[in-house]
Amino acid sequence: MEIIVENIPRFLNAAWVTIQITAISVFIGFCMAIPLSVIRVSIRKIFSWPVYAFTFYFRGTPLLVQIFLIYYGSGQFQEQLNAVGLWYLFQSPWFCAVLSLTLNTAAYSTEIFRGGIQGVPSGEIEAARACGMSGVLLYWRIIIPRAIRIAWPAYTNEVIFLLQASSLVSIITVMDITGVAGEIATRSFAFYETYLFAAGLYLVIVYGVLWLFRRIENRLNAYLRAESA
Amino acid sequence: MFGLEGYGPLLLQGARLTVYVGVCSMAIAIVLGLIGMLCKISASPVVRVLADLYTTVIRGIPELVLILLVYYGAPTLIQDISAMFGHPVYISLDPFISGVLTIGFIYGAFSTEVFRGAYLAVPRGQVEAARACGMSSALAFRRILLPQMMRFAIPGLGNVWMVLIKATALISVIQLPELMRSADIASRNTKKPFTFFLAASFIYLCITIISNLIQQWAEKRAERGIRRA
Repeated sequence: MEIIVENIPRFLNAAWVTIQITAISVFIGFCMAIPLSVIRVSIRKIFSWPVYAFTFYFRGTPLLVQIFLIYYGSGQFQEQLNAVGLWYLFQSPWFCAVLSLTLNTAAYSTEIFRGGIQGVPSGEIEAARACGMSGVLLYWRIIIPRAIRIAWPAYTNEVIFLLQASSLVSIITVMDITGVAGEIATRSFAFYETYLFAAGLYLVIVYGVLWLFRRIENRLNAYLRAESA
Repeated sequence: MFGLEGYGPLLLQGARLTVYVGVCSMAIAIVLGLIGMLCKISASPVVRVLADLYTTVIRGIPELVLILLVYYGAPTLIQDISAMFGHPVYISLDPFISGVLTIGFIYGAFSTEVFRGAYLAVPRGQVEAARACGMSSALAFRRILLPQMMRFAIPGLGNVWMVLIKATALISVIQLPELMRSADIASRNTKKPFTFFLAASFIYLCITIISNLIQQWAEKRAERGIRRA
């Protein structure tokens, strides 16, 4: 028990790393997923097919493979990466961790938002068209906001999954909660104490994030409440 | 690049173990899911709270942390407890057994929710009618409820399987020579990590595609008694 108390500052630092990596990946992934999901529903196969291939690959393979492919796999292309001056990025486990988590969550979120876009009632789209909106304006003002509301509960789940999946970055030596727990455990032999504490820490963060996303959901659906009141 | 330098058979052997681990874990997950569901609909509030605790806690902790907790933590915990009673017992867990048990235990929580949803989807009158015909509750469960539930549970169980088979890659961190670990060994020996992790990812992709086909077939089969509108 003393080992845990002694190391609480380290655990809190590690929790910050976990939250940071997850938040950055979720943010960039979200920004990628919205345009990708719009392309994904395009009727032109030339546009929608590459996006489908991307989501299919990243959803069909384990995240661990993707992380290893980027972190260890980039070593095979050291010369080429050096030539374009990107090698220093791929040497950093932190960068590779964020890159793979971002691509992974972008793929899952794209499919979630695609479902949202397809769930937008056609009457609303027709009404927007009748008002003279088309193309970008129609998507920006009507379809995307509605699709995000529809997809939000599923998206919340995806964020929770990513938060837990971020524990894998400890395997490529990033010092997140799992990484720090592993190091403390192997040094002190207090295996179950440290891992149980780490598990508890994740539980707190997971239910914290869940609470935050429920609040955002309430915000997003505020217009529904006003109507019923 | 795709010659695999003689490591092809090793990868295929790894893939076989991956599927084997996946099937064993899934079997445990289904059994635990059914038990969990029965607990959730039980008349006793204590049992219900325990089942809720199981699903909420397990779904909030990363798989990797639980795998490490069981593999490294359980032996030390047993050692510490037995030492307290004056007879220290030293055990070490087999990676296969602890991996399968952990993955099965985690996804048991997910299938509990799947089965609960399926249970709620079966009309109440069905079980009431069976009881009225004089079936005991166990017989009504086996003959009436379970077969009808399965139809609603198959899509959800298919999703659980897809996530589960990818989660088995995590057992590679406790040195079980499944697909991921085999790819790791091959890439270390040949210094071609990208080639081997890419090959491994394509094998995972094949497993996903085949699982998808089986799921579609199973869904069709389960619906063969349903009249379409």
